[in-house]
Amino acid sequence: MSVDVLAAPRSKAWLAGANPLAKLGAAMAITVALLLSVDWVSATAALVLECLLLPLAGLGASLLLRRGWPVLLAAVVGGYGTALLAPKTGEVLLSAGPLLFTTGSVESGVAIALRGLAIALPGIIVLASTDPTDLADALAQKLRLPHRFVLGALAAMRLVGLLVAEWQTLGMARRARGVGSEPGFFSGLRASLGQALALLVQAIRRASRLAVTMEAKGFGAGPRTWARESVFTRRDAAVAAGGLVMVAVSVGAAVVLGTWNPVFG
Amino acid sequence: MARQPGRGAPARSAPALSAPGRSAPARVSARGWGWQHAGRPAKAIHDLDLEIAPGERVLLLGPSGAGKSTLLHALAGVLGGEEGADEFGTLLIDGAPVAESRGRAGLMQQDPDAQVVLSRIGDDVAFGAENLSVPREEIWRRVPEALEQVGLKLPLDHSSSALSGGQKQRLGLAGMLAMRPGLLLLDEPTANLDPAGVVDVHDAVRRSLDATGATLVVVEHRVSVWLDVVDRIVVLAPARAGEPGGVLLDGAPAEVLAQAAGMLAAAGVWVPGRVPAVRPRTFSATDDAGSHLLLDAEALAVSRQAGTRRHPAVPAAVVPSVRISAGQALSVTGPNGAGKSTLALTLAGLLPAVGGRLEASPALARGAGSAPLKWRGRELISRIGYVFQEPEHQFVTGTVRDELLFAPRLLGRGEASADGLLERLRLGHLADANPFTLSGGEKRRLSVATVLAAGPQVLVLDEPTFGQDANTWAELASLLTELLDAGTAVVSVTHDSAFTQVLGGARLVLGAPTDAPVEVGDNHVRMTPSASLPGAESGAQSGAESGAASEPVPEPVSEPGVRR
Repeated sequence: MSVDVLAAPRSKAWLAGANPLAKLGAAMAITVALLLSVDWVSATAALVLECLLLPLAGLGASLLLRRGWPVLLAAVVGGYGTALLAPKTGEVLLSAGPLLFTTGSVESGVAIALRGLAIALPGIIVLASTDPTDLADALAQKLRLPHRFVLGALAAMRLVGLLVAEWQTLGMARRARGVGSEPGFFSGLRASLGQALALLVQAIRRASRLAVTMEAKGFGAGPRTWARESVFTRRDAAVAAGGLVMVAVSVGAAVVLGTWNPVFG
Repeated sequence: MARQPGRGAPARSAPALSAPGRSAPARVSARGWGWQHAGRPAKAIHDLDLEIAPGERVLLLGPSGAGKSTLLHALAGVLGGEEGADEFGTLLIDGAPVAESRGRAGLMQQDPDAQVVLSRIGDDVAFGAENLSVPREEIWRRVPEALEQVGLKLPLDHSSSALSGGQKQRLGLAGMLAMRPGLLLLDEPTANLDPAGVVDVHDAVRRSLDATGATLVVVEHRVSVWLDVVDRIVVLAPARAGEPGGVLLDGAPAEVLAQAAGMLAAAGVWVPGRVPAVRPRTFSATDDAGSHLLLDAEALAVSRQAGTRRHPAVPAAVVPSVRISAGQALSVTGPNGAGKSTLALTLAGLLPAVGGRLEASPALARGAGSAPLKWRGRELISRIGYVFQEPEHQFVTGTVRDELLFAPRLLGRGEASADGLLERLRLGHLADANPFTLSGGEKRRLSVATVLAAGPQVLVLDEPTFGQDANTWAELASLLTELLDAGTAVVSVTHDSAFTQVLGGARLVLGAPTDAPVEVGDNHVRMTPSASLPGAESGAQSGAESGAASEPVPEPVSEPGVRR
């Protein structure tokens, strides 16, 4: 009955076998590079390369649309806003009352929308191809983050899936008591707040029972061993190199074509 | 009694590599031990003197509030972090304070969902061993061995969320076994499980004990579940200030039960062979079945998923026909995951049906329309009441009294009836208490009372007897027979055959789902062909069962092990 949001079955994709830290590093390099300039060439180049990587992450077009539509929507809205407000240079394309679009402003808008997508996509790729348990192992073993914190967060994330089912149950349980039967916006809001509070109470109670289980299993005191070893392999070297190549290609293309437009200086 | 001779010095470093599968069983000794939780006026347990020899298997009994769970938590070493709590006397495992005995004891709690830490079962079993710094190669030797011992024959990367309650409890047990503990502590491990889950957990515990020789301390209301496993029963006295605490009775199971069956039964313990006295039904409405039809469903398909036009929801169950009439009982039974609760929620107007027809008769609708799902909350509660499995889900106020008055206030009725219900369900002394602070039995009684306070014509209950002691069970059953005789329709989702028999009426048996977790090579897989979904016409075959209330009711829990 539980809705398992975060513990989907382990992906068989090529990228899923790479160390999460290598993927995070590569994604971060691309993101930082793209933040340095506002031009459409570097963004387009990065976006094309990222799309080529999608099969490696096991992401098909339809799955990507289902998971990533909010990002797409945000990029389109951001691009539209930019086109509306950017300096009006070049020819007028559309003029309708307060709405005025020129080639220059539309170009800025397209650049912003592409950039938004190119920056968001590496994050989606990493999330889709990374198992939370692998990430926790890597953070604790390779980055030496405190294991109490990392494993505590991992165990808590597993409970998030249970909360979704719990919210549905609470909604029905409270309707069975007659809560929220007053019509109107404010009574509805009050009922939702009450339900959120009840959910919080349930979450805390379940978390404290889980904490007892973990403590009874010897968690949190003294050193521990790791059943799953987090290792760096050739695949991780390939991932890191791939990230650097993508940075070099997208920045290089923009410089060569003369569109490189650094934000600082 | 000790099955294993004591081995002198305890092997406290957890990995006992020399003897695969076992470490020395633990000795427990409490001397004048007591515990007072922070902010509580009285001790949870006091003056306890108890010696448990290595390898002994002890069933711990006692009235609610005798400190059984507190003792188990203390032995598991999870009470130490509590600030402001006071400890008295000494509590030792193998002669060492519990704080220094990390990894010597494993604890299983009541809530199966709180048993699982990681998302894949292999990782979850390894978790405890990792914390004890067991070398990696040794961990992966122990994990399959532990899963084998508890009978969980699933791949190591199987999702731990996809397990049933009984499987989760066994997964927790496997995690303990991988730690090679000398002491197993089980705190009502089967209270939330269906009968098949109870048998599985019982068998897994028994097999593990036989393989490891570990000491066992188990707390459970239902004595019969563990009777063939334990060799000693210890009864704790209620911890009241000014009265002697500690151990009330101690001895071989047969002796203790012979000596004190009456006293234990009075304290709410399920003593084998004794069924709590229940007010029998005096009036059976089956004679004029159909004359007061309240709810009528046909080809009803139910699911928790809403589904879309392109991806319609897969029904959890499809029921050919259900008719619910005034003064009649209907019991919905079947294995875990058969869609029993989903059906009940749909019948009660809380969940939309994904197919078929559900109609409230004019006698029930009283002008509110024929679809219960469309009723406003206030219209719903005075027509159909629903008691959820977890009482806490339905608490909406800060005190017991407000909780009971919530429905009458909403309906604009007088507040007089609440006091009667309070006294009737022995909650009068708790009127100003916060509902969340009540005991399990008190919460159950309150949750039933709050729903009854609205005076519904149909009462639906989801596993109302799960985890309840014999006293609460009897009160609940008596209250329901009274309601039935007064003309309320009662629909209960339950695994409890004794409860079903007391209420009488019809039975609706749902089949197993086709996507249930199937264990490879398991010899009692819960798979029955889902094609056989017998529908029950309320009243049609109820004649044989409606008279059962006056006859002696058989032992509520089937004797473990019988099924194998």
